[in-house]
Amino acid sequence: MTSRSRSGTAFLRRLLGRPAGVVALVLVVPPALAGLLAGRIAPGNPKAQAYPTFRPPSREFLMGTDNEGRALFAMVVHGLATSMVTVVSVIVIAAVIGVAVGALSGYRGGVVDGVLMRLVDMLEAVPAFFLAIVAFAVLGSDQNTLIVLLAATSWTALARIVRAQVLSVKRREFVQAARSLGSSGVRTVIRHILPNVTPAVIVVLPLLASRVVLIEAGLAFLGLGDPNRLSLGYLIANAQPHLQYYWWMSVFPGLVLTSLVLGFNLLGDAFNDVLDRPSEGQAPEGRAPARRAWPGGAGRQRVVAAAAAGAAAGPLDVAAVLD
Amino acid sequence: MSGRYVLRRLAQVVPTVVGILVITFVLIQLAPGDAADTLSEGDAEYTRQLRARMRLDRPLIEQFWAYAKRVLRGDLGVSSTQNGRSVKGLIGEYLPRTMLLMGTAVVLSTLVGIALAARAGRRPDGPLDATIGAGALLGYAVPVMWLGQLAILVLGLRAGLFPVGGMTDPRVSYGGIDHLLDVGVHLALPVLVLATSEVAMVYRVARTGLRQESQKEYVRAAHAKGVRPDRVLSHHAMRNALLPVVTIIGTRIGFLFSGAVVVERLFAWPGMGTLLITAAERRDRPVVLGVVVVVAFALVAATLATDLVYALVDPRIRYD
Repeated sequence: MTSRSRSGTAFLRRLLGRPAGVVALVLVVPPALAGLLAGRIAPGNPKAQAYPTFRPPSREFLMGTDNEGRALFAMVVHGLATSMVTVVSVIVIAAVIGVAVGALSGYRGGVVDGVLMRLVDMLEAVPAFFLAIVAFAVLGSDQNTLIVLLAATSWTALARIVRAQVLSVKRREFVQAARSLGSSGVRTVIRHILPNVTPAVIVVLPLLASRVVLIEAGLAFLGLGDPNRLSLGYLIANAQPHLQYYWWMSVFPGLVLTSLVLGFNLLGDAFNDVLDRPSEGQAPEGRAPARRAWPGGAGRQRVVAAAAAGAAAGPLDVAAVLD
Repeated sequence: MSGRYVLRRLAQVVPTVVGILVITFVLIQLAPGDAADTLSEGDAEYTRQLRARMRLDRPLIEQFWAYAKRVLRGDLGVSSTQNGRSVKGLIGEYLPRTMLLMGTAVVLSTLVGIALAARAGRRPDGPLDATIGAGALLGYAVPVMWLGQLAILVLGLRAGLFPVGGMTDPRVSYGGIDHLLDVGVHLALPVLVLATSEVAMVYRVARTGLRQESQKEYVRAAHAKGVRPDRVLSHHAMRNALLPVVTIIGTRIGFLFSGAVVVERLFAWPGMGTLLITAAERRDRPVVLGVVVVVAFALVAATLATDLVYALVDPRIRYD
């Protein structure tokens, strides 16, 4: 336990030791906190038309007011709340399913692996953004539907990454040693293999988060968001007819959304840098092998493009694959 | 490119196609009410008869088989809101406009991204490299919808350089060259907005590739034998660095389709995205499903083509 918490502190220290890490935290933490504490920061109904319309930003209205006399600051904060609820739920569900399926697939191999990976191929057939549009057209817009849909389409990328990691780790000597000492399959996976897989998973999570934020906002922008929740995307769409004279209606929600996405992307970069260096006592092969396999891996193009570009080029590309 | 590789790659298409069919079929089934309910307007006996005639009373697996055959034959049904127009016909009308938008964005972003990577690579870690790198991070993170509004505000409304909506000027009807110019001017802002994140993506992949190639022996050898640095970059390192740029084209198409939906909405561009969103708003299920099926199949084709092209340009590729 102590060693784990110590490694957590070391991780944080190393994250803060690089500019990308600091900038990422500065960009992500305030909007994330604002979203999580939305009820405290902007109590009351953010949609209440309580103020004069089209007021520019001032001390009274930090981000101005909109065409219906609503305070943009309160709406942005509640929009962030929607982003954060979606991100956290999707990531938790996707991580649990992705790690479980990836570990099972990689460790068992054979028929189980074949079936699970074909399932992954199938689920990745329709891009999440389009899937969400169809689902909303057919089932109606709803926050929970969106979370389920995004989780259902997000775990596959994690499963691929975990599987690739497990495949490489399970052949290593310490795993063989644990097995020969009588460790059961489940125990081996949980105690010996998964800890070595964790870094690769952690690197992907911020990128997944940035993608979820963008899809949620994108759907709301298109008018397909949950009508009962505020969204940054809705605020941006609402600003469109008033762009020329009331710029603040678009600029503030847009800035906040951009900084959140940029922050998550940078966080992915920073995690990658920090975790890519073999730490004390960790064999160099412990690093993500999927990326190293770059030049030869076009057969599995999506993973490779994900892992290779995602790791090397940063946030872009896992996000592209996740799409 | 070995025949074996091509065959194995083609076999990978099967689960994806099945996935597209299964996912869309499940969504149809999840929808409350079926076609018979809608048509019969509540008459129970009539509903039963309609169900029998439309085979909606058959086992699901049989219905799925019929659905799959229909889609694979290219029959996507009939729009429920646009006077019974066929979905295929509608897509045939809207798709080319989206292709124009996306095609221009792909070509432009690829060229600009590579050029920037080459320029930045001349002096690794120099001020220009750092600036372009930071710009790429930002360009990738800015959401398309907001970037579009900024472009409309600054370049369209304030500077008045470009029209901010539509595909042609509705006040005049041009022919020939003038028509093309009109479309070109309307294309400028949407393409700029759609291409921004793509430039960032191409740039980063090409730049990373270049950085890795620059450390290899053959580059040192080229320098050692006296090849000019610019030429080492363009004729030696860049050629290999561009391979990853080819591999990501397939995934970029998926990204671009999502971006195009938003961009079309922003600029009232009459393409697939507009068709899709209008249909979604009117709950026109056949059109929504048809568009998504076509986009999904287009993506399958794009990734397949990318992989095959990649195997052609890099003969080292073997199926793992």
